This record gives sequence, C-alpha cells and structure tokens, in this order.
Amino acid sequence: MYSVNYHRASSVADAAKLLASEDAKALSGGMTLIPAMKTRLAAPSDLVDLGHIADLKGITVSGKTVTIGAATTHAEVANNAALKQAVPAVAHLASLIGDPHVRHKGTIGGSVANNDPAADYPAALLALGATIVTNKRSVAADEFFTGLFETALEDGEIITSVSITAPDRAGYEKFRNPASRYAIVGVFVAKGPNGVRVAVTGAGDEGVFRSSELESALGGSFTPEAAAGVKVSADNLMSDMHASAEYRASLITVMAKRAVTQANG
Amino acid sequence: MGIEGVGARVARKEDKRFITGAGRYVDDMIVPGMKHAAFVRSPHAHAEIAGIDVKAAQAMPGVHGVLTGRELKADGIGNLICGWMIHSKDGTPMKMGAWSPLAVDRVRYVGDAVVIVVADTKGQARDAAEKVEISYKELPAVTDASKSMDAGAPQIHPEAENNLIFDWDIGNADETAAAFKNAAHVVKLDIVNNRLVPNAMEPRAALGHYDKAEDHYTCWTTSQNPHVARLVMSAFYNVAPENKLRVIAPDVGGGFGSKIYIYPEEIVCLWASKKTGVPVKWVADRTESFLTDAHGRDHHTHAEMAFDKDHNILGLKVETKANLGAYMSLFSSATPTYLYATLLSGQYNIPAIHANVKAIYTNTAPVDAYRGAGRPEATFVMERMMEIAARQFGLSPAELRRKNFVTQFPHQTPVIMCYDAGDYAASLDAAMLAADYAGFPQRKAQAAKAGKLRGIGMSCYIEACGIAPSAAVGSLGAGVGLWESAEVRVNAVGTIEVLTGSHSHGQGHETTFAQLVNERFGVPLDSVSIVHGDTDKVQMGMGTYGSRSGAVGMSAIVKALDKVEAKAKKIAAHLLEADEGDIVIENGTLKVAGTDKNVPWFQMALAAYTAHNLPGGMEPGLKETAFYDPSNFTFPAGCYICEVEVDPDTGMTEIVQFVAADDFGNIINPMIVEGQVHGGIAQGVGQALLEGAFYDASGQLLTASYMDYTMPRASDLPSFQLSTSNTPCPSNPLGIKGCGEAGAIGSPPAVINAITDALGHENLTMPATPQKVWAAARAAKH
Repeated sequence: MYSVNYHRASSVADAAKLLASEDAKALSGGMTLIPAMKTRLAAPSDLVDLGHIADLKGITVSGKTVTIGAATTHAEVANNAALKQAVPAVAHLASLIGDPHVRHKGTIGGSVANNDPAADYPAALLALGATIVTNKRSVAADEFFTGLFETALEDGEIITSVSITAPDRAGYEKFRNPASRYAIVGVFVAKGPNGVRVAVTGAGDEGVFRSSELESALGGSFTPEAAAGVKVSADNLMSDMHASAEYRASLITVMAKRAVTQANG
Repeated sequence: MGIEGVGARVARKEDKRFITGAGRYVDDMIVPGMKHAAFVRSPHAHAEIAGIDVKAAQAMPGVHGVLTGRELKADGIGNLICGWMIHSKDGTPMKMGAWSPLAVDRVRYVGDAVVIVVADTKGQARDAAEKVEISYKELPAVTDASKSMDAGAPQIHPEAENNLIFDWDIGNADETAAAFKNAAHVVKLDIVNNRLVPNAMEPRAALGHYDKAEDHYTCWTTSQNPHVARLVMSAFYNVAPENKLRVIAPDVGGGFGSKIYIYPEEIVCLWASKKTGVPVKWVADRTESFLTDAHGRDHHTHAEMAFDKDHNILGLKVETKANLGAYMSLFSSATPTYLYATLLSGQYNIPAIHANVKAIYTNTAPVDAYRGAGRPEATFVMERMMEIAARQFGLSPAELRRKNFVTQFPHQTPVIMCYDAGDYAASLDAAMLAADYAGFPQRKAQAAKAGKLRGIGMSCYIEACGIAPSAAVGSLGAGVGLWESAEVRVNAVGTIEVLTGSHSHGQGHETTFAQLVNERFGVPLDSVSIVHGDTDKVQMGMGTYGSRSGAVGMSAIVKALDKVEAKAKKIAAHLLEADEGDIVIENGTLKVAGTDKNVPWFQMALAAYTAHNLPGGMEPGLKETAFYDPSNFTFPAGCYICEVEVDPDTGMTEIVQFVAADDFGNIINPMIVEGQVHGGIAQGVGQALLEGAFYDASGQLLTASYMDYTMPRASDLPSFQLSTSNTPCPSNPLGIKGCGEAGAIGSPPAVINAITDALGHENLTMPATPQKVWAAARAAKH
C-alpha cells in the first residue's frame, strides 16, 4: 500500500467537501478498495471514510417502502427483521455476499457505487426498480448502472440510501465462481403491480442487465417451468476461464428457474 | 501402551502455541538493525535483459542497497543446482541450464528475480523497487510441455536442445512389447495431471544476517530441511563454509514439499546482508508465492495396458512428458522418474512394464515435488486405467483389481521397487463395506428421481515412503544420502531432550517423538522436549518430506534410545548390585525383574551426572547419538472410495461420501494420522475438483490469486470415513510405513472415477470444475 491521507467524515456535507481534492476516494466498508490498495492497484491520495456518518446508517420499512442507508452492512440487511418481512429476497441476497467478514464490513452503498459486474446488489436494485438516492439527487436503477464498474454517479457525488418498493414476490439465486465466490451468474426475479422484472448479474459483458426473454416468459406465467423454457442467448455475455458465455447463458435459465421457485415459496 | 505412549490418541503439545498465535515463524524474528527486502521480478515469461538502471531506486528514501545479478556473480555466488542426476536412455547426463539467483542476461518465467532492494521498511523497499528501470527485449515463450519440444518452439536454455532435459527409460521395452503381442485386450489412456500451486499457509521467508566481527552468517528460513539448505548453500552456492553458516528453520507454517528446495531469495538475502552491512529480511507476499513457489505435478501421459482374455494384466507402457518449468529445482529430476515410474506397478502383478519420461523446460515457474511427488501422478494413471478397463470389460472395478492384486510378499516389481508387506484385499474389503458399495445402485436410483447423477469410484493406491536407503538412491543419482540422525540427551534430573534431523512444519513431531520416549522409559510427555530446525543444535539431518519422519527419523531415535537404555541399565544394575541383564524399565523405574528392588529413572540419571558411583571405567553423563539408514522404502497402501452427486443443470459436483481405508503399518498417534489423512484428502479433492495453475500463451499466470485459484474449503468436503488395517513394515524397528501423503495420492482418481461413473463417459480433465462437468454431462446426453 502506498502512503495515503485518511479522513473520517463527520457528515455527508463534510465528506463531499473532503472528496473535492484531486485523487480522493470515498471509503465505505473497504472490501474492494482496501485490497486493491494493498496490492498497489489503487493509489488514492486521500481516503474519506463514510463509515461514521450516522445519517447513512439503518433500515426503515414504512408500508411497502423500504429505505436502506448507504453505510448499512450486508449483515445488517441480512438480519433486519422488518426487511426480512417486507422483501425477504433482498435479505437472502445479502446473506449470500462474500463471507462473514465481508458481510460485517461491506456496505450496500459501497457495493452499488462500485458496480462490480459480479456483485449481487445491482441485480436486486435493477429488478426491483429501486431508486438510488445521493447527496444531490435521486436516480432510478435503470439509469444508474451504466457499465463495468461504471455508474451515473458524478465526481464527489455520494450515495446516501437506496429506496425500494416491496414487490409481491421476489427471489434471488446465484451460482458462484468456485474461487472468488462472486456470482458467475446471479438472477433476481421480482413480480409486482407493474409486472415482472428479471435482472442478471455476473454474466453480462457490460455488467448487470435485464433479461427481456425471461421477463416476457415470466410475465405470461410466473412459474419455474416458464423460466426453464427460455433459451438465453450467449451474445453479449462474458467469457473467462471459469465460465464460457454458453455456460453462463445456460446458468441464467437455471438460476432464474430456481429464483422463481424461491419467490413462489 | 500407556496413556501417553505409542498408539495413544494424545492431543498435540505444539498446538497451544499455534492456536494461541504464539508460534514463532521467520517473520516473527527480529534482529537489531534489520532491514527489509523487495525483489524486482520479471513481468515477462521470456526476455533478454538489455539493461538495468538502479540510480533512481538508490536515491529513494531509506534505501540501503539495490543489487543486481552481475554484482552477485562478481562476488562468486554460484548458480542453483538440481541435486539428483538423471541420465537419459542414451547414457548422457541431464541437460541442466544455469539458474542464477538473480537473473543476469535473460529472464525465463514471470516472477524470475532480477534485482534486490534493501530499505528501512518493506514499503520503502517496494517504492524503490518500482524505480528500478530494467529494459527487456521480449522473446517468444512456451508454457505447455506438450508443445515445448515442437520445431520452432522458443529455446529456453542453450544447454538443453529442444528444451529436452532428459529422455529417460525404466523397465524392459522388449518384454513389454512381447506382452502386448500376446494381449487379448489393450486399454489406452491419455491423461493430464494438472499443475498445482502448493499454497502453504505461511509464505516463504528468509532473514539473512552477516556478522562482520565474527565473519559468520545466520539464515532464518522457511525450510523443511535446514541442514540440506546449509550444505547446499555452502557447497554449491559459495555463500559461506558450513562452520560459518547457521541455518534456522523455526516454526514453519506448512510446506507440502515446496519448502524442501533452496530458492534464490535466501541466498540473495545472505549475500545482500554482507554487501549492505545490515540484516536483510524478505517475506513473500501471496502473489510472489503463486508466481515463484515450486509448483507441483504437470504431467502429460499416454498409457496402454495389455490384458489376457481372462483380464489378467500382461504389461504396461507409459510415456510421460513432465513439465519442469524454467529452471531445474533441487529435486525436480527425481519427482517424474524415481518417485513416479517406480510406482507404475500399483498394487498389481504386472509382468512387464516400460516407461519413458521426457523432462521438459517451459517458461513457467519451476516444478518440483509437491505432497506425494510423483506417486499421485503414477496412481492417477494406474487407477484411472483400472477403472476404465473394468468399465470396458463390463467387470466390477473391484473384481478387476482384486484379480490382479499382489498377494505374495516380498514382491519384486519390474520397476525397481520390492514391496515388503501389505494386504490390499483387506483395505478394499474394508472400504467397500464402509461405503456400502452394494447399496449404491439403490442410492443412484434415488438420486435420479431428484434429477441428480450419482456416481461411485475407487482408487487402490500404493506409494513408497521412508526415503530412502542411501546407497540405493546414490546409485540412482541422488546427490545426498537419505538417512536420519538423532541425539537423546538425558538431563541430570531425568528429563529428556531429543534432537532430531527431521523437521516439523505441521506434522506434530513434538508430540509423536515424545510419545516414543514415553513408551520406552515411562518419562511423562511434559518431561520430553523435541529440538529440531537449527544447525547449531542438531549436528546434521536430512529433514522432512516423503512421509519419512516416522519411518526414518523415529528409527534413528529408536537407535539412540537403545544406546541410552543400555547405559541406563548398566548404571541401574551397578546401583542395585544386580546383573544388567535382569534390569527392566517399567513406569519410569529401573527394576530388577521379579523383585521389588528398583531405582527411579531420575535417580539413575542423577547418578550418571554426579558420577560418584558408576561402574568402573564408565564415562559420566547420559547422551547418545545415532544415525539410521533405512534398508528399504516403506509401502503404505490403501483403498479410497468416493461417491458423488452431479447436478447436470449446473455441473456442480457434491462429494456425498468419501471412504479411506489405509495400511500405514504401526501407528504412533491415531489422531495425528487421521489429521494427515484429512488434509491429504482435502488436497487431493482440491486437485480433482478445484485447483489448477494456468498460464496464458504469453506465459502470464492466470491463476495468481485466490480470486482465480480455487482452494478447497470445508464446505467442499464431506465428513470422511477413515479406517486402517495395518500390516507392520518389516524393514524398520517401529514397523511404521508413513501417512503424510496418502490422502493426496489416493484421492484424485477416486473422485474422477466417481464423476465419470456418474456422467457415463470418460472424457474429463482435472480440475473437474462445474463448467467442465456441465459440458461433459451435455456431451454424454447427446
């Protein structure tokens, strides 16, 4: 790790001010940034720690509206009783992230801002039509995730929370990379008043995406059989030593089928 | 057996410090004035070094030295060597290319060390290392042993034409050809034994300290054999003569073979300490471990087995290409030859065997012995072959094996080894019973209802341990003898120190060796200390690898204990005014047999040191030394059965049961033996399902971190069912065969045999990742 200046932000405004310096980076749980710094792949001049800002923490459930503070850890999401009641699939997804250490340090805001193409939360937020709230504005998930490690966030913009409207049913299944345990394919299915949305993470060569084939099949019949009948195209899917595009395409169908089974409980 | 003696399930004495974080590893060692090193390594798999500019690095803060291979050569430091001479079938010696501890003109793999930087802190050393400017002229690279000998492949060392190090034969080609002429059936197999990264929990480390006033060097290093390190560094690398070089291998956090070898870093740290005038410490980071620890396996093999009409084996032909990487590591030549092809008879009567092994350079990390070392590769060939043959013949895999088992001992194989004892049918029966083999078809049908493919596979392995008779290995090319030493010091109060040339890096010697002393003299375990790993304390030893510490190391202790016992009885007889022949040792007391006359052990010891009343002419003190040179290898063997369920939709394999029935000879501590088998199976399952080191065509290691290299996790493994049915080894005094590697040797073919049984076809390479199994399941369906 190179030498770096550490700042503990006391408020979102304070953090925004500190982030104005040239090579400053926001630090949330640090589960991606710190390893990258240790291997000298990332070299920010300044780290602005968001982990001690009270406004960024906590989960509130009000009717069908769920708000999760950006600095809420995966473990808190996984174990929150109200959330488990309102959107159990999101709590389930959080319980599958990384290992206990990662789940107790890593945060939803950090994960969403990083937009790793194999991260879990982007699939949930996209399938649920979530809203990402920042210190400057609110952005719909459909507009937020723009590519590999790319988001709609502007320089100095800080995610403060994500907001979800609870669906009627939802489910998430993933197939893990055997080494890293990130998703090779993760599929989040959600059925709500506005229809069925299906988002796929781990597989797309431009990051998380919605599967129109699965959405139309499941829109007709929200059943595992309907999902199983969909042959997903391997075009525009990632291919690497762990999984070819064809393998990923097949896994998308299998994971969608299992996610629907889970959603239908 | 007492509660702490031989055969007792005693908790490990050393675990208190390991579990509480109080172990003392090389990185825990601090010497006044110590500085830190970083190595600048080649980013290219193959390149000429056009120039090195260290000026900017030298000007960085905290830097004490930036040193290159030219300076190292100018100081007369030698090249690294391979310590086992293999001759090709045409009689020519192996073609060993030069391996300079710091590359001078050319780099040959990604990770090749080029420059060392010494600075006040590790961070400063790394910062300065980034300022070293090396201009490379890139050359084409080759990483695949099956392509490295092709016409037009890059030439890696001028000494080895076509990258061929040796072309070695064993067995009898004519007799084997004749056997194949008479065959009713010939079964053929092409097989790759995947390359592995050892991944010891503790990365390699070295601390070199040159004391100018004394003109003396001390090297703390992560070594499985510190005495061999001292010998090699003084005799071949010209670091210092042995009397001026102390090598200490303190607690070492796992080796699996990878810490047998002498690497560039410890040599360079010692030399750099003298050059810079400060003690120099280097600790590998995990990336350096992936890139530069000696890798394991990487064999490409074609094999054919001939059977008569009744399915008796007539002969075996094997051709293997062994990838030795960019340089020949210390014992790299022995692994694919005498540790591999000598085990190609398996547990079977095979009248004629012929094997050819070509050892090949590639632009990859050096390859050397890794847990099992040659024997897993031989077992994988043999046990895949037997399973495939049984399937082709429509026979039960157990019955084809049983029909061909060696049952008479001693049994001379056509490939050097003479098996001295075993009962292969007993292990097979025990494993099949434990696995409820007979109930498998029902379980398969049940799994099919749930959409799962269930398969069962077995592996009947044999290995050679307890290496090795020194004269025998000498005649085969070994540069060292493979005996072991022991010194037993009885203190004046009767407590005991055992100094051993074996080295513990996870094996539990501090417990098992003490159990042996307890068994003999009744001294409590707490009163016995095991001393190892320091060339200033233990005079000489050959270290720990190849499951040799029990069979060879403890046999040396037995010899020393025999001498101590003889002298102790003389002293006791004198004190008790009895005949020494009548003295027996019971419960910590020396007694006159059949009487109540006795002298406690500690009183006898005190008498030896007060020397007030010793037999006439006897020297005071009680300390004895012994060297033990084994008369044969030992031959652990066993049967492993693996049962899997494959999810054809995802290709995920779940091991639903794993049975190991082993014959390890006599056992000192069953709990430690079980731990060895657990770890070995975990590594074998890792090789079969998860682990593989892969280079891209340009020679970059694709699996250089845990993001891409899959280590086995607890959730990948079932609870193992273990048993032993032991035949004592006749060649050593304790009847021990060894257990350290069996799990890693026996398990990979059992796992692959199970998956191929589930899939119904044989085309599956290790590691059998979900992607490969998914593709194989689809291919089987169509």
